[in-house]
Amino acid sequence: MVGGLVLLSLILITFSFRASSTGTLHQVESAGVTVLRPFEVAAERVARPFRDVYGYFRGLVHAKQQNGRLRLQVNELRQQALQGKSAQEQNREFRAQLHFIDSPLFPRDYSPVNTRIISWSGEFDQQVVIAAGSDQGIKEDTPIVTQDGLVGRVTDVTGSAAHVTLLTDESSAVPARDQKTGATGLVRHGEGEGSLLLDYVPKESDVREGDVIVTAGTQSKRYPSLFPGAIPIGVVTSVGQSDTALYKQIQINPYVDFSGLDPVTALITHKRSPKVP
Amino acid sequence: MPADAAKAAGMLFLVVVIQLSVIANVDILSGHPNLLLVTVVCVSLLRGAVFGAVAGFSAGLLADTGVFGTLGFTALLLTLAGYWTGRYGETTGRDRAHAPLLSIAVITVLYQISALVLRYLLGQAAPAHHIFVALLPTVLLNLILTVPVYALTRRLLRPREWVTREVRLLG
Repeated sequence: MVGGLVLLSLILITFSFRASSTGTLHQVESAGVTVLRPFEVAAERVARPFRDVYGYFRGLVHAKQQNGRLRLQVNELRQQALQGKSAQEQNREFRAQLHFIDSPLFPRDYSPVNTRIISWSGEFDQQVVIAAGSDQGIKEDTPIVTQDGLVGRVTDVTGSAAHVTLLTDESSAVPARDQKTGATGLVRHGEGEGSLLLDYVPKESDVREGDVIVTAGTQSKRYPSLFPGAIPIGVVTSVGQSDTALYKQIQINPYVDFSGLDPVTALITHKRSPKVP
Repeated sequence: MPADAAKAAGMLFLVVVIQLSVIANVDILSGHPNLLLVTVVCVSLLRGAVFGAVAGFSAGLLADTGVFGTLGFTALLLTLAGYWTGRYGETTGRDRAHAPLLSIAVITVLYQISALVLRYLLGQAAPAHHIFVALLPTVLLNLILTVPVYALTRRLLRPREWVTREVRLLG
């Protein structure tokens, strides 16, 4: 009996590995997710007040020192916003004059689907399940964001739920650029929990502490990015380089708090991305 | 027996839901409590190896489907956890006061290491450093969960010989 269960588990693991995303096993998983979904939503609703209280007290610890820093930042950003707005207007005019054809732009060409996280994969994976699926227009590779920045992308989807791989997962990699200098690289998971690295940045590129890192969008026709450009990812906390390493070692502090994700937004676009001829 | 199976199934379904939607995101001093493992161990200790293995397999399979995980992964680990704890309960452990805590401590360590090895074999991310750093806090959190979970499980699934013994004493 027990041997049979162990054998069945091993067979399931094998088939699960080989199964396609539309196969029978996927349908079994979809059925499981559909059955669990209402219960998970209910449990999440019951737990939310307790989680909010915990989050409130955790937030109070850092609130005072954050307040002073944020006040300074607000003044600085207000000036930058004014400059940015006039540059944006100018950019729009120039694009119109040039009849410029572009890939979908964030946030203009995306419609948001706001949803909640209904389950977490646990300590090994940085993956979550959200309470919206293909019925709401979500597809594989749909980018997921919060108001703070990029969270990850959809890696599997059913009618009523979708599986999201977070930016901090080992399998995630996002083309990104330094908003100030334009230096590009690949954002991957870092050493610590919830930390990120900007990798493959050549030593001659200019990246400094405090620079803002955003998604790069599609930079090359051969390698189109899954993510639209200009979604904030995080801020550079340290830049290092050694004689032997080929690239700079850049650590990023993500804007998104991956331990307290809720709610999240799926970015749906109906504009078609340019395809490689 | 069917009544016990129904009670255990209901309890494990609820525990899977709570584990996936609430507890899986809890991080205290890098430790991640595992309510599902604790419940399977408590059920197995009280009900024996075969019952424990079936409970572990069913609950694990449900947990795997709930997070689009590798089907069979949690099921395999919980089947073995249920079986071994059940054997310990059947042979020496059940009557001892420290049995639930000892079982949880040992099974948590074995579960974490087995999960790490299995993930490595499957070519998935296997952050050994992270797991070993989190091992002690995870064991402690699971031990804290054991006390109420075991008390509740014992109320629901009291072994038949305990009931007989109590009746005999009363009689």
